[in-house]
Amino acid sequence: MEENNNNFEPRIIAFVCNWCTYAGADLTGTSRIKYASNVEIVRFPCTGRIDFMLLLKAFAGGSDGIIISGCHPSDCHYTSGNFHARRRWMVFRDMLDFMGIDIERIRWSWVSAAEGAKWADVVNDTVDKIRKMGPYTEYKKAAMFLEEEKICHD
Amino acid sequence: MEELIIKSSDIKTWLDQIIEHTPRVIAPVKQGEKVEFKSIKQSDDVDYESQTTVSSVKAAAFPRTETLFAYEKEGLNTKLYDVAKDNFVETVIWRARPCDVIGFKPLTSIFNWDYKDELYNRRFEKIAIVTFACNTADKCCFCTSVGGGPGNTEGSDVMLTVLDKENVLVEVLTEKGQKLVDLAKDLFEKAEQSIDKEAVLAKIPAKFTKEQIYKNLAKVFDNPVWKAQSERCLGCGACAFVCPTCACFDIQEDAHGNHGRRVRCWDSCGFSLFTQHTSGHNPRPTQATRWRQRIMHKFSYMPDRLNIYGCTGCGRCSRACPVDMNIAEHLTSIAESSHE
Amino acid sequence: MTKITEKATSLLSEGTVKMIIGYEMGTERPRPLFCHTAEECEKLIMNAECKNNLAVYLTKKEIIGEEKIAVIGNYYVVKTVIQLQRENQINLDNLMVMTADENGEVITFTTIDEMKEYTDTHEPAPDPKMVAALEKIDKMSREERWEYWKSELSKCIRCYACRAACPLCYCNRCVTEVNCPQWIEPWAAPLSNMEWQINRVMHMSGRCVGCGECAAACPLDLPIGLLCKKMGMDIKSTFGEWKDGNVLSTYNIGDKENFIK
Repeated sequence: MEENNNNFEPRIIAFVCNWCTYAGADLTGTSRIKYASNVEIVRFPCTGRIDFMLLLKAFAGGSDGIIISGCHPSDCHYTSGNFHARRRWMVFRDMLDFMGIDIERIRWSWVSAAEGAKWADVVNDTVDKIRKMGPYTEYKKAAMFLEEEKICHD
Repeated sequence: MEELIIKSSDIKTWLDQIIEHTPRVIAPVKQGEKVEFKSIKQSDDVDYESQTTVSSVKAAAFPRTETLFAYEKEGLNTKLYDVAKDNFVETVIWRARPCDVIGFKPLTSIFNWDYKDELYNRRFEKIAIVTFACNTADKCCFCTSVGGGPGNTEGSDVMLTVLDKENVLVEVLTEKGQKLVDLAKDLFEKAEQSIDKEAVLAKIPAKFTKEQIYKNLAKVFDNPVWKAQSERCLGCGACAFVCPTCACFDIQEDAHGNHGRRVRCWDSCGFSLFTQHTSGHNPRPTQATRWRQRIMHKFSYMPDRLNIYGCTGCGRCSRACPVDMNIAEHLTSIAESSHE
Repeated sequence: MTKITEKATSLLSEGTVKMIIGYEMGTERPRPLFCHTAEECEKLIMNAECKNNLAVYLTKKEIIGEEKIAVIGNYYVVKTVIQLQRENQINLDNLMVMTADENGEVITFTTIDEMKEYTDTHEPAPDPKMVAALEKIDKMSREERWEYWKSELSKCIRCYACRAACPLCYCNRCVTEVNCPQWIEPWAAPLSNMEWQINRVMHMSGRCVGCGECAAACPLDLPIGLLCKKMGMDIKSTFGEWKDGNVLSTYNIGDKENFIK
């Protein structure tokens, strides 16, 4: 069980699409809505471009949580990119859960370019949730296999 | 070489002593249907029923994955960090088979051929091996065809042969072996007379001789036998990875921006990209050429270059192969043929 | 002479096909056999122990050559041929597909529809051991599942026998054999082994025919067949049977999920 550390601030990576969510996040800023600063945003042309392996890379690289967000269905800038993405996540999420990877740490959402307030809510919700869950130590530990070998510093 | 006897019921006590005094003891452990070498902390975990394990024990000196060094870039400089070889622990391999042990011979030759591989050497020098001779063999064993045998003591520090339900012959072959026996001196008695262990060992008729293979291989480089034998081969790495003598490795980077590690991991000559050049040319473009390489390497090139045989006859490759590329069968066919 | 041998011999001697891929008895269990002559056809067998998915050879150009060949395979071989045909990986003009029933009668398929009809009506019963294992995992908590898969997959030596035995893994250069970018670390380590399996199964999604050869090929008996089986079950229940295109290369506007808000 993760320990509730008062000083723990989660690291969240957000994979977002350029045309809707990124623009929406921009709107959050210009609207001067304050929201948690734990999120590092990675911008993609479309959610259809987000490879499922990227999520695993994010966890292995030290993130405690992930947000994936794009245009609402039928509003994709490239018409069908988010439909492909939705299918991909439906399949991938079940697979991750079966293998015991904590899918509660991954938040999927549709945030349009006009939903600045929603973006702030998504981020704040996710950060609060992950803060309570604690760091994703078990994944990080598994990623540290090579660290078991003692390297001597000369 | 000392011949001692230990009672079967005392073996566990001796192993308990070994476990207490040795940082790492590796022994066959049953996992589901298969038996594999694992680090043990309890003597009860050892499996004594199995003929042999799926993988060899070469990982004790040549692990699947190991760091060669670490690096860190600072501006224009790069700092290198070595692996702490002094930290390699004393290891006892318990219940190895003669075919496992003899596998270290070609490995040591390869890792000391033109470059002395410190990582391998320092791991290997910390290993002591307690071998159990084979009272039974299965259809894939062929150690007697390659100069080995179910009671072959070469490379072992101590060899145990189960003589009957109560008595086990203990041959102490090296100083390392003597130190292990000394951990529980009272359990051992001197053998009263010279014991004939051949009587209890597995009977494995030789299918061919090394000389037959070597002689025939010299004639068949361009022969269609390679395509015929390798047609069903899928090109995976199972045979190379479970083999006690296969030493091919790949070098990769675990790079994280300005710092990282250089890593060595196992590789197999059966993979289609094993000899792929950056230009796109592949000198071994078909499975037939790769299969030919495997056999020639083990039975012709290694004897030529290193004066050592690249196969111990353990049969692991044949057992692990998804399509039953039974190497003894293939070699017998090469030995018996009069290919021109 | 068995009916299979008879059929195979006549196909070869008439020159209808250049080679026949079937099964023969191996050291402990059946293994693939490639018949180029009538003599070799005498070794052909077909029984419930014949498990290798011979369709894995149908995408290897150096094995099948340019001329017409035949394959006498089990249920899954026929199912795989259908999938390979959907993915444009085989030329049915150069391939004769056959199977044999419990009495040794040879069944020859002349069209894809015949193969589909056969595979729809002759599906083998699910393996009870697999069903039991899936139920056991289903009952585990998330942490227990993580520990289970981490401990199983840390044994993996990355021999890629699972990949080599799978007829649908026919990429000339696998994703793990690319290091720019390096999606999956090529060395054996617990997490990287998990990533490899996740990637393999995701690339199989909707394409896997359920032959179980990945698990059978694994020298260490790792439970990787469970991953493909679970994947297959989930996709079937969520997306139904094959429509036009692989499940991840198509989409439906009406796809429903409950986790994207």
